[in-house]
This record gives sequence, C-alpha cells and structure tokens, in this order.
Amino acid sequence: MAVDVNIPILIVDDYKTMLRIIRNLLKQLNFNNVDEATDGSEALRQLREQQFGLVISDWNLEPMTGLQLLREVRSDIKLKDMPFIMVTAESKTENVIAAKEAGVSNYIVKPFNAETLKQKLVAVLGAF
Amino acid sequence: MRNQVSQRIEELRTEHGNMVPIEDIGEIVDGIMRSLSGDLTGGDLKLYREIESLAAYIEGAKAEIAAIRPQDIRDEHIQTATDELDAIVSHTEEATGVILDAAEKLEAVADRVEPVSGEEIRSAVTNVYEACNFQDITGQRITRIVRALKDIESKVSAIVTTFSGVPGAVSKVEKPAPAPSSANGKPSDKELLNGPQLPTAAQSQEDIDALFNSLK
Repeated sequence: MAVDVNIPILIVDDYKTMLRIIRNLLKQLNFNNVDEATDGSEALRQLREQQFGLVISDWNLEPMTGLQLLREVRSDIKLKDMPFIMVTAESKTENVIAAKEAGVSNYIVKPFNAETLKQKLVAVLGAF
Repeated sequence: MRNQVSQRIEELRTEHGNMVPIEDIGEIVDGIMRSLSGDLTGGDLKLYREIESLAAYIEGAKAEIAAIRPQDIRDEHIQTATDELDAIVSHTEEATGVILDAAEKLEAVADRVEPVSGEEIRSAVTNVYEACNFQDITGQRITRIVRALKDIESKVSAIVTTFSGVPGAVSKVEKPAPAPSSANGKPSDKELLNGPQLPTAAQSQEDIDALFNSLK
C-alpha cells in the first residue's frame, strides 16, 4: 500500500534556511503537511500535542539536541514507534552508531540532495 | 657566626657610639653573606641560580608579551574577527533567503507552463534548493571558528590578568574541563557534537549507509 502523502511531518532544525529547503523538497515530493520546530524541546512539545507520522531532525540543536529528542521520543509510550530520520552534518562513525543505538530510523548526512531524501523517505515510510 | 657578628657590633659601638660608618655596616653584611654562602650546599646554589635565571626569563617573557600588547589581541583583533564572521553568517543567511524566494517563484511558474518546460524548471529549482545546503554547513563551520576564537580570547584575557601585576591575579590559564565520556566508555553526548567534518575526513552518504545497514 502506498504511503499517504498527507502524513503530518515535523521537521526540526535551528537554521531557518534548512527548514525551508527541507520543506520545499518535501513539497516537490507532494508531502505538504509539514510543521517546523527550531529546537528539541519545542519539537517534543509539538509531538506530544499533535499527531505526526514522521520526524526529520537535525542533531546539532540547543538546548536539547536531536539525539536527546530521539531518546525522548523512543522512551515515550505514545511516541516510541514514530519514524525518525536524522539529517545532520555529524558524519563520524561514533555518531552513526550512537544514533542507531538510540533507535533512529535512518540517517542523512548534510549536505544532501533531493534523491537521498526521497530514498530515505521510501526506506522509512514505504513507496509513495 | 652570630657571636662573631655581635662581637664586631659591640666593638664598633665602643669605637663610634651609635653612629657607625656605612663602610663598616657593609663589612658586617658582607660577612653575613659569606657565612650564608658557606651554609649552602652545591645543589642549593645550583637551584638558586636556576631560579634566578628562570626569574630573568619570566621577566623577559613579560616584557615581550607586553610589547605585543595582548589586550589589543583580546579587545580588537579577536573581537573584530568574531564580528566579521558573525556578519558573514548573517549575510549568507540573508542572501540564501533571497535565492530561495526566487527559486520558489520559479517553481510556481513551473506549474503554469507546459509540462516539459515545467519539469526542466523544477529540476533546476531542485538543484538550487540542494545548493542552498551550503548556508547550514558554512554556518556551522563559522560557529566552530567563532567558538575557537572565544576560547583564545579567554586565554589571552588570563595572560593579560596574570601579567598585569594585580595582586591575587590568576596565575595560570584555566583549561576547560574535557567532556566526560560516559561510564561505558562510549563518547558522551557532548563529544558527539563535532559539526561538519572537513571534506578529506568526512564520510559520504554511501559510507554512512553501509555503516548504518551493518549495525544491528
């Protein structure tokens, strides 16, 4: 079954430019139901208040990092199964291992292109 | 030695009363110094000379540091550099915003033209979006440089304080505590925040995918 492109997506990044780029690339893929947060705490609050089907988050956020957000999501009974893609400039092996251990669904390294974003969405959500 | 000195002082008092000539005082002090030297071992004297040369070295270093005016480095050079870098981040963010505005307008036009041309426009717009990734990456790199400069600034401040002669001044440059590793030997969350790697050291998306898929 194809993925519903109306799935609500939360994108989290402290750079407004990055939020805009990801939003536009998602729009090109027909995902138009997108909300934004600029740090982990704000994202967590939104996740607990609204229904989302996917989180796409940066790692390097303050005060709550993307990794901490991921751990909070995975430890929350209502959110623990939420698909979570990390989009980050952190490309060290230990980062990938830490994210995987924390339960990340997939990992995109910045700078990335539209095709990579599409591939990871398919890998996490299924074909659309 | 103390007895000898007391005896000599008594002789001088008898001879001159309480008004002793300067030369005679010099003679007594010289005697005391000679006796002190006699009490020192060879090792003590060597240590004394080393401390003396160290003191001279420190004095020289202070003079050299004063000559390069470290307070200028702190108050002007580093401050100017961080301000300039902050301005670069601000300008690139602003410019990227303008580029994205234009790209979004083009994308809207793509919906109104014939499908083939529209697809070409959309493809070009996608390339613009991808290229605008640079603002995030350069922003993170510049933020790291600004942090490094602020670190240098605090060290220069400590040096300025140390050599300012203020009593009780900080006598050493404080080193920031390293981020503690977690108990299980894995890197701490702080140690995982490194920002973008240099192109020669960075792993590609393919490397990341291979690693990611190899992990259970």
